Amino acid sequence: MADDTIINVRDVHKTFVSETKRPLWSRLTGRAHVQKRVEVLKGVDLTVHRGETVAILGSSGSGKSTLLRCINKLETIEAGRIYVNGHLIGYEEKDGELISEKASITAKKRTDIGMVFQQFNLFLNKTALGNVMAPLRDVKKMSATAAREIAIPTLELVGLGDKMENYPSKLSGGQKQRVAIARALAMEPSVMLFDEPTSALDPELVGEVLAVIKKIAQQGTTMVIVTHEMQFAREIADRIVVMDQGVIVEQGPPEAIFTRPQHPKTKALLSRSGMIPRESTDS
Amino acid sequence: MDFINNTLAVFPALLVAVPVVVQLALGAMVLALVLGLLIALARISSIKILRGIATFYLEVIRGTPLLVQLVYIFFVLPSIGVEIEPVPAGILGLGLNYAAYLSEVFRSAILSVEHGQTEAALSLGYTPTKTLWKVVIPQSFVVSMGPIGNYFIAMIKDTALTSVIAVTEILKTANILNSQTFQTTAIYTAAAILYLIISLPLSRVVVVLERKARSSG
Ligand SMILES: Nc1ncnc2c1ncn2[C@@H]1O[C@H](COP(=O)(O)OP(=O)(O)OP(=O)(O)O)[C@@H](O)[C@H]1O
Ligand SMILES: [Mg+2]
Repeated sequence: MADDTIINVRDVHKTFVSETKRPLWSRLTGRAHVQKRVEVLKGVDLTVHRGETVAILGSSGSGKSTLLRCINKLETIEAGRIYVNGHLIGYEEKDGELISEKASITAKKRTDIGMVFQQFNLFLNKTALGNVMAPLRDVKKMSATAAREIAIPTLELVGLGDKMENYPSKLSGGQKQRVAIARALAMEPSVMLFDEPTSALDPELVGEVLAVIKKIAQQGTTMVIVTHEMQFAREIADRIVVMDQGVIVEQGPPEAIFTRPQHPKTKALLSRSGMIPRESTDS
Repeated sequence: MDFINNTLAVFPALLVAVPVVVQLALGAMVLALVLGLLIALARISSIKILRGIATFYLEVIRGTPLLVQLVYIFFVLPSIGVEIEPVPAGILGLGLNYAAYLSEVFRSAILSVEHGQTEAALSLGYTPTKTLWKVVIPQSFVVSMGPIGNYFIAMIKDTALTSVIAVTEILKTANILNSQTFQTTAIYTAAAILYLIISLPLSRVVVVLERKARSSG
């Protein structure tokens, strides 16, 4: 493992198990529940280096969000290893087996991983400034003064210097997402994960959020972005990763992926979004 | 106009009981809030036994009349050697009873805080416990303000039930006066008006609290 590796995902498998009630008659005659198992990640390997911006593309249901959520243990995994900054995330390894670690230890590791959600997920009872200060105070145990000294410039960085006292209900979607970005960024994580940060926004608000993400990418922040904004991915990513049905099918520099896609799924994805001329590809 | 004069004349004698009502209601409310929150936490806990105990408590309290619970605490417990003075018994009975109802208020308020906020907190490095206390519970308190206020008003009126366990609150005081003077109409009219004077302003406060809670959401 090279020294500048920030994220190291090795052969990760993730299966969702959902239990559904069977119909009444079947319940009277047999088991009450059926287990439905869906393997969503089928052996994913991904390495992200310091300062790199990686964009993950893929059709709906290909496992992009799940991969991102596994990286900070919002989901459990059955097999494989995920390291962030050299730390195994969410588990201890004992005799080659994964054992869930204490929640407080996972929490500590998560402070090093920032995450921005599609739905913003701001604390509704706190102002923009309060949202950014909260984890600094509660998690990093900073004084109010110290937290404010970090929160204010971070909010200014995302262009919200004049909205700091607004509650989320008094902010537009684009502003809310910028507060969420500031909240994660202020913790100074080693890497920022974005899960479709602009998908819940009105079209006219997408630009302001993408501009902020681009700005922090240019400052050298390591980031992984799941997005459907192809043009944006092409502009800011150092590397494009294409997922399909739980595996990474292709990855490489944007120019290569967008001009000479190799895998049929990549071709299909790009032609569907109008990035390359439609050609005869298998679906 | 004798009726009005007589009613007014009774007030001073009834007002003596107001501090007792305040003591009952405040004491029982504090008990109900603390216990109610604990029961709500037990009900959403991942520990099965805790959930079981909390659900059992809830069913027993909600399935029996408050009056019976008060009588039980005051008249039955002494037979196993637990003697409690009237006012503490009243506080205990009202508090234990309202805790069950407030726990439901807390539980639904806790569940109403979007899951997304919980995930955001976890992703920022909050432990699950810290997420509960720093993110979820403060918000559920805001949501709970209105319902808690309404239960508080109901509890003030329910303090009248403690008259049967020898607490000299408003109703008991009225009963004593009535047995001495037989001015039944004036006395109980005054008692009813006194309850109104206490609860009407409080319900205005609750309306304001509810409006506040809505606008901050
Ligand atoms: N909690 C869950 N329980 C069961 N199945 C789930 C759960 N979460 C996701 N899935 C399934 O896992 C698969 C991958 O989901 P995921 O959200 O990772 O896809 P995605 O690539 O992010 O798609 P999208 O572009 O629509 O966001 C989907 O088939 C989805 O239905
Ligand atoms: Mg997704």
